[in-house]
Formats: sequence, C-alpha cells, structure tokens
Amino acid sequence: MSNIAIHCEGLGKQYRLGAASQHRYKALRDVLAGAATAPFRAAAALARGERVRKEKPAPFWALRDVSFDIEHGEIVGVIGRNGAGKSTLLKILSKITTPTTGYARIHGRVGSLLEVGSGFHPELTGRDNIYMNGAILGMTRREIERKFDEIVAFAEVEKFVDTPVKRYSSGMYLRLAFAVAAHLEPEILFVDEVLAVGDAAFQKKCLGKMNEVSRQGRTIIFVSHNMTALRNLCTRAIWLADGKVVEDGEAGAVVADYLQRNSSSRLETVWDDPGTAPGNDRVRLHSVRVIPKSVDEAGQITVSSPIQLEFCYWNLVPDAVLHISIFLYSLEEVCIFNVGSEAAPRPRGLIRHTCEIPGNLLNDGCYYLRLLIVRDLSTPIFTHNNVAAFEVRDLPRAGAWYGKWQGAVRPNLKWATEVIGAESSLVRS
Amino acid sequence: MVCLRLNRSGTMQCMASDAAARLASAPQRDPDYTEIYPASGWAALKLGELWRYRELLLFLTWREIKVRYKQTAIGAGWALIQPLFTMLIFTLFFGRLAKMPSEGVPYSVFSLTALVPWIFFANGLTLSSNSLVGNANLIGKVYFPRLLIPISSVLSGFVDFVLAFILLALFCMYEGVRVHGAIVWLPVFLLLATVACLGVGLWFSALNVEYRDVRYIIPFLTQLWLFATPVVYPASLLGGRWRSVYGLNPMVSVVEGFRWAVLGTARPEGGMLAFSAVTAVVLLVSGAFYFRRMEQNFADIV
Repeated sequence: MSNIAIHCEGLGKQYRLGAASQHRYKALRDVLAGAATAPFRAAAALARGERVRKEKPAPFWALRDVSFDIEHGEIVGVIGRNGAGKSTLLKILSKITTPTTGYARIHGRVGSLLEVGSGFHPELTGRDNIYMNGAILGMTRREIERKFDEIVAFAEVEKFVDTPVKRYSSGMYLRLAFAVAAHLEPEILFVDEVLAVGDAAFQKKCLGKMNEVSRQGRTIIFVSHNMTALRNLCTRAIWLADGKVVEDGEAGAVVADYLQRNSSSRLETVWDDPGTAPGNDRVRLHSVRVIPKSVDEAGQITVSSPIQLEFCYWNLVPDAVLHISIFLYSLEEVCIFNVGSEAAPRPRGLIRHTCEIPGNLLNDGCYYLRLLIVRDLSTPIFTHNNVAAFEVRDLPRAGAWYGKWQGAVRPNLKWATEVIGAESSLVRS
Repeated sequence: MVCLRLNRSGTMQCMASDAAARLASAPQRDPDYTEIYPASGWAALKLGELWRYRELLLFLTWREIKVRYKQTAIGAGWALIQPLFTMLIFTLFFGRLAKMPSEGVPYSVFSLTALVPWIFFANGLTLSSNSLVGNANLIGKVYFPRLLIPISSVLSGFVDFVLAFILLALFCMYEGVRVHGAIVWLPVFLLLATVACLGVGLWFSALNVEYRDVRYIIPFLTQLWLFATPVVYPASLLGGRWRSVYGLNPMVSVVEGFRWAVLGTARPEGGMLAFSAVTAVVLLVSGAFYFRRMEQNFADIV
C-alpha cells in the first residue's frame, strides 16, 4: 500500500450567491410563482428582441482547483484569512458536503473535530452525551465504555456526569466536548479552530493533547489562526487564499510568508512637502520611522528585538518650548505606555526625536503609535492618533505550550535562585 | 516535500479524471477507504454503510426517546393521553351523536383500535419530517448517513406505540373482546404502517430542508389523511368495487388489519392489501432515493 493518506485533485466547491444566500431556504410559493410567470417574462423578452436567459445567481467558488497529497503521519496546518476556503476544504474531506469538481481519496479511519459539542443535547446528562457524541464521531459503544473514565477525568466533570449538560457552565461543556473528541482514535484527524474557544488553561490542554496525538504517528489536518501553535505542531502548511492554494511547503516558511503578506505594519512614513504634511501653522510632521535593531530570519520584529523610534517635524515658530509625547497602544486599544521627550526651546527648522524601546519588553502582538506635540509642557498643539504600526512576533518556543503569553508586557526579568537552607532546616528546631 | 500539483485545466478535464480515478480504484474494498466525488444526480442507497452505522441508529433512537418527555410533569403519560382523549371525543361525537356504525363492537374500542396505529403513523410522520431541520447543527458538523435521522424519529415512536397498545389491551379486556387467532398478523400491519410512515417521512424531511412550507403542510395533511383513513368510520361504508382502490392509502389496510387482528372484524380483502403494500414500498424506495439525491447538498442549504 502506498504511504498516501489523502489525495486530492482539482477539488472545487461552488456556492450560489445572490438570491439563494439572502433566503437560506426557498419557499415553494416563490418557485411556483417563478415557474408560472416564466413564460410571460420570456415572451416579453422575445417581444423586446432580447435573447431569453435564465436568471442565475452569481456563482461563487469557495474552493477552486485544490490538489495535494498528504502522507501518513504528516501534521499539516491549513492557513488563510476568513473565507479563504479552509473550512470548506475540511467539510469536503470529512464528507459533510460534496465538492463541485475534483475528487479526493482518503486511506484510513477519519475523525473530525469541526466544532466541539455539536452533537450534544442539552437535556441529556453528561454520561448520556458522552455515549451519544462518541457514537456520532464514530466510536463504538465498547470503545466508549473503555475510555469513559478517562474522558470524564480529562474533562474534570466527575461530580456532574449525571447532571443534564444544560446545567453545565460553558467551560465544563467545552471541556467535556473536547474530551470526547480527543479520545477518538482515528488515523486521520481533521481539526478546525477548536483552539479558538476556552480559556488559556483549556487551550493549553488541547494543544498538549494534539501534540500527544501527533507523536503517535497519526495524520492531522489542522486549521487555525494560532500561528505559534501551527509553527510548532505542523511539519507542513498549506496556505489558501480565495479558495486556491497559494503556497504549500514547510510550515515555518509558509507561515512566515503568510504573515508577511498580511502584515498591517506601517514602519515608515515620510512627508516631503512641508506645505501638505499633517500639521498646522506651528508644526508640521516630516517623518516617522520604526527601526528594529534586530530581526528574525524572516525579517520580522520579535519579542527580543530592541526597536528604535524616530520622529521628525518642522517647527515653524522660533523658540517654541516643545516636546513630543507618544502613546503605544495594542490592537485591543490598551495603552501599553506613554512617554515624553524633554521639553526645551526649539529653533525654527527640522527637529528630530529618537528613543528606543528595549528588547524583551513588549509582548507579541500588533501595536500602533499615537503622537502628541506639546507646547509649554501643557498644551498639545498637534495630535496624530495613528502615526505608525508594527507587529511583534513571538519566538519559536520549546515545549508543549503554544498559547498566547499573558500580559501587556513580557519583560525578561533577571532571576536569582539559591538554596538558603540545608536539608536540616526541614526539621523544626 | 511539496506535493502540490495545481490543476488549472478546468471542469471538463476534472470530469475525465474523475472517471479514470473511479475505474482505477474500483477493486478497493477497505472499509476505511473513502472516495469523495461531486454530487451526481441519483446516488446509490448504500445500505451497507447504513448497516455499519447501526449502533449510531440505536443511539439516535435512544436519544429521541430519552429527550421526548424530559422535563414534562407526566412524562410518558402523554403517550396514553393522546389516544385516550381522542377516543373519548370520537366516541362522543361520532359514536353517540352521529351514530356511526362500528361493525358490532363498542364504538370506543372500535375507534381506539384504529387510533393506536394511526397516532403512531401521524406522530412518526411529523417527527421525521421535521427531523433534518431540527438536527441542522449536527448535519453541518459531522458526517454520518443522514437517513439515520428520519429513521430514528420513526423508530422512537415504537415506545409510545407499545404504551398505547397496552391501553388498548386493557380496554379490550374491559369491554370483553376475546383474543383472536388473527392477532399473529398484527406485526405485519405494524410493519406496513412503519414502511408507509418512513416512506412519506423521507420525502417530507428531504423536501423540508429546501422548502420550509413542509412544516405547515404536515399538520394539515395529517388531519386530511385521518379522514381519508377509516379511523372514525368502518371501511365497509365504501362500496366493494372501490374498496381495493381505497387501499392506495396504505393506512386503510393498516387500520382494517388492526381491527381484524384485535377485534376479529371482517378480514381485509387481498386486493386492498396488495394495493397498500405496493404503495408503501413504492413510497419507501422512492423516498429513500430522493433522500439520497438531496442529501448531498443538505449541509449547504439546511
């Protein structure tokens, strides 16, 4: 037998947009009315000398000509923006929907984790739902019986197995749902964004389980927006955009290219003409630069990179007492810090301020800068709410924990650890 | 290792390669081997696959039964109240006031004997018709043969049927109806009711995915069907020549058969039974094929 687990060729999926997408389902009345009036519309069109054409809603290809081979034991990440066709691909491969073109061949027992808990019935108890959901995911009753205790322990719901799940907290519900799915033993596993739910501890558990599964030599296709997890778990990545494969190859490289393409960074902006540059009759902005002092192999700013910030402006009023004040915001609009330069009388002309954000201070994420130019230490004379934006990437990590590091900042603190008492200190004197 | 082969040739060539691939992989008999192809008109029934998923069918049926009377005050008592009160109303209006003939048995037993299979049929029809729409979240997330959903809805009705049948037995004892040899034929008529119910249920459940009008048609249809079936009146009201054609409604044979098996009334005639059996089987087979055909797009439109 060949070593191919999944073979896809020319897979495509077409949806009809327009009328069909506005009303999710048709009413018989519309169909009948449409059929009844069609001859009249056709006759009217003929009378006007037009060719009769059926009104068809515009087709939309959610997936187009996707071909690849995946070998047994490969862990493949599928990346792409929302609507790129990732979920459609998994839905086709797990037989939930049929492709419009192409075909796929799958060798091995398939399990899919497309949305945890979709087989749960709120009225049934935890115990009943474990059996029910296990059966839906393709486990036999004997298999579920064998793993029952393990599932309950993993989900940490021992005390509530005989309570209807509608009385569960959302956390318990999710844990139980994931626990059932995680104990499936398919040869090929499809995972879609299960990591987007739950708290950090739960995500950690999920990723740990995925890591364990991957070490057992199973094949996994993994859709996620968590690039850190993807880079660490997957050996290979497929990047989809508008339903087509953009890149297929080693995970690190594909992820780097993907991030590069979708970066929202504005590291440098220069306004050459003092007449049109943002500002007023006192000051005009000339340039803003974000200059990383070190970058990773992909040329990206990482959590360890020191970053130099440079702001230039024209001062139009002689001897104005000016200083600049910058605010760094995260994408969630949390102000990480606000710092100001020294205030001093400035001559007319081009003024430059620079400062440096040390490495190992910012957490990974996207940031943007707000700039204030302040007169006499108190009056802002110019404000720009978003002069520059940059992204700080995480470094590759060792270990099983790939979730988002908590906190607004991530300083690299100097630790001192020493033994301050001998074994004898364990005994009370 | 890059295994990317982008196919930029378009649909025609894809079709050609589909056919080639189908031929190439024809001898494959591994149960864990899957082939995925575009939806193609009339699909095979794949009864083998249905059999492999039999455990899930039991689970789905068991879930339906368990969930049905959850958080109700009298629980399965509803399975008794429905036939009991319908019978009381029928006995009052049709038996007492309209003086409907009842082939020599008390009208209460006469109508209850018909109501037990009728309610099984009508409830099964309603449940299975709405079953796919009710399980939309499941259909969009996990694969399993979708036929299991309406089948489990119909099967779950057996519990209610058994309870209602016990009620009927008690009534017969109270009214002094003797047990008949023909009672052994009862399962056959129950099977006929099941086949007819599933056949119509498959049609409507698949139609309901696309046309939600079905939801409004069903209550109306069951009401009409009740009067097209000899539940409140005996089939003997109709002339002999039309009796066989009357069998085109399979529930006519079911109800007449139940009366024959339980109450010992006149045996349903062969022509009528044949018409009913053929109609029921045609409904089931055509329903199953229609269902399989529509099934391929359920996840996209439900």
